[in-house]
Amino acid sequence: MAQQTPPAIKFDKVSRHFGDVKAVDEADLEIRDGEFFSMLGPSGSGKTTCLRMIAGFDRPTAGQIFLYGQDVSNLPPYDRDVNTVFQDYALFPHMSVSENIAYGLMVKKVARPERMKKVDEMLELVQLSGFGGRKPSQLSGGQRQRVALARALINHPKVLLLDEPLGALDLKLRQQMQVELKAIQKRVGITFIFVTHDQEEALTMSDRIALFNQGKIEQIGTPAEIYEHPKSAFVAGFVGTSNLVRGEVARRITGMDVTFSIRPEKIHLGNIKEKAPTDSYSSDGTIRDVVYLGLYTRYHVELDGGGDLVVVEQNLKSTSMDVLKNKGQRTRLHWNKEHISKMGA
Amino acid sequence: MRSNSSSLTPKAPLALTIAAYAGLLFLHVPILIIFLYTLTPDETTYTFPLPGITFKWFGIALQRADLWRSVTLSLQVAAIATFAALILGSLAAAAVYRSNFFGRESISFLLVLPIALPGIVTGIALRTAIGGFDIPFSFWTIVIGHATFCVVVVYNNVLARFRRMQGSQIEASMDLGANSFQTFWYVVFPNIATALLAGGMLAFALSFDEVIVTTFTAGQQTTLPIWIFSQLSRPRDRPVTNVAAMIVMLITFLPIFLSQRLTASSSDTEGNSK
Repeated sequence: MAQQTPPAIKFDKVSRHFGDVKAVDEADLEIRDGEFFSMLGPSGSGKTTCLRMIAGFDRPTAGQIFLYGQDVSNLPPYDRDVNTVFQDYALFPHMSVSENIAYGLMVKKVARPERMKKVDEMLELVQLSGFGGRKPSQLSGGQRQRVALARALINHPKVLLLDEPLGALDLKLRQQMQVELKAIQKRVGITFIFVTHDQEEALTMSDRIALFNQGKIEQIGTPAEIYEHPKSAFVAGFVGTSNLVRGEVARRITGMDVTFSIRPEKIHLGNIKEKAPTDSYSSDGTIRDVVYLGLYTRYHVELDGGGDLVVVEQNLKSTSMDVLKNKGQRTRLHWNKEHISKMGA
Repeated sequence: MRSNSSSLTPKAPLALTIAAYAGLLFLHVPILIIFLYTLTPDETTYTFPLPGITFKWFGIALQRADLWRSVTLSLQVAAIATFAALILGSLAAAAVYRSNFFGRESISFLLVLPIALPGIVTGIALRTAIGGFDIPFSFWTIVIGHATFCVVVVYNNVLARFRRMQGSQIEASMDLGANSFQTFWYVVFPNIATALLAGGMLAFALSFDEVIVTTFTAGQQTTLPIWIFSQLSRPRDRPVTNVAAMIVMLITFLPIFLSQRLTASSSDTEGNSK
């Protein structure tokens, strides 16, 4: 099928080495036009380096980066139609909010009335109308964040890069900004590339996620694909919590020579006297530990013949008194065969 | 009330207050004495109380062409040395701040060294070097001598400012489409402007009253401090010398005062923005 628009960003075997350190190692990547794309990974996994190479602050040591089909690998930042929202906002302290937002237009010598009109639109977009005359030092963290966003959007870039922009905000503001960012992205229709180490944030906001580990991309997929079908033990462990079952235990349960992961919420704590459903795997064990967490309860189950599984169950009807009684009980764990993700290693 | 007063610094004991003021007086009374004796009608001795009050020394000083020649020379030297220091000092600071090259620490150390070295060492070293290369001692050798320590002041001020500045501002500017020149003009320069002003004024003041390095690097030229020095052997001119000393003080006082004000206020606003 012929694609009408080339991908917003395409990485062709991109590497960035710092001496012996392979910050990014032969990454291949395609980000679609208009997508909210997250680069997720622990610190030092190469996600920020990738972002900096797209922005032009860093150049790949090998490979090419394409922006809508154009090779931008060696263009300076000011010749790329890409703008960035920085982790520390990087607002200019000596300029007012309006001047900060207008900066991109000013250096392009856009006439003043036009500039002012655009600034007003941007202030409205980020809900800061009336704040134009203030200095960045007179704003709260959340407001500075919005100014940084407005400043980056005023040039109407082809791609907007966001480098952990919510990292400095408190939880409540963060959740609010997540929703707002997504809404703004829909409104302006620009491709957003969002770097984060927070898996929940990535799952909430993204159309697709690339999971980075040690300079390599472990998996690319929708939040559901990444969560439900992690391709590697690393993905299973980094996104949400997961039981990783391998070796002898895995063979006993499935009858095959595999390693697989299973999410704790997919496992049912069955009655030891009842038979497990036919299309499921099951294993008997003893509940060793019960942790009541309000919304749900976490059980640590020791399997007969070795191995542990973590199971969570929502507290739909049960109270803390009920669940704590389960400690020491025998149980027949079972889960749908489709819910396991098999791994190569 | 309690919480209010506890956040303030406690009041110092009376003895300490007196001692502090006594110290300040000790530092500044001699300066006042010089001011006072510009008004004495008795030219040779410091008698107190003054036998009378006269303003004639200002008139006489005004007519001393040699005095005004040296004032002009000092102003010119200070201005040019400061200008050179502003450019070299901020370039050096930018290099040391932005890039990580081999020998960076040594360069930083070598730059700061001239201000730590006794002036007499710098002076002798410069004299030997300049003489060794058969360069005639002139106005420009004085400027070079002064620039050695003026650069340090600017360098230190600007480097400190660079270190407080968010590095990502430069990236943000480039990212928004500004080329290197625009980035310097709209982002870097406003950030370091007050540091340049403060460093420049301090450099100017240092150069203006410099004696030791000047004695070693000057040819026939007489800067104002040297002129004052030479006057000491002529007791009859003492009140004129006092007037000259007053001029030096006023010219150096203003820049130092202003530079302190400027750096103080800009560090306040930067503290807020954190």
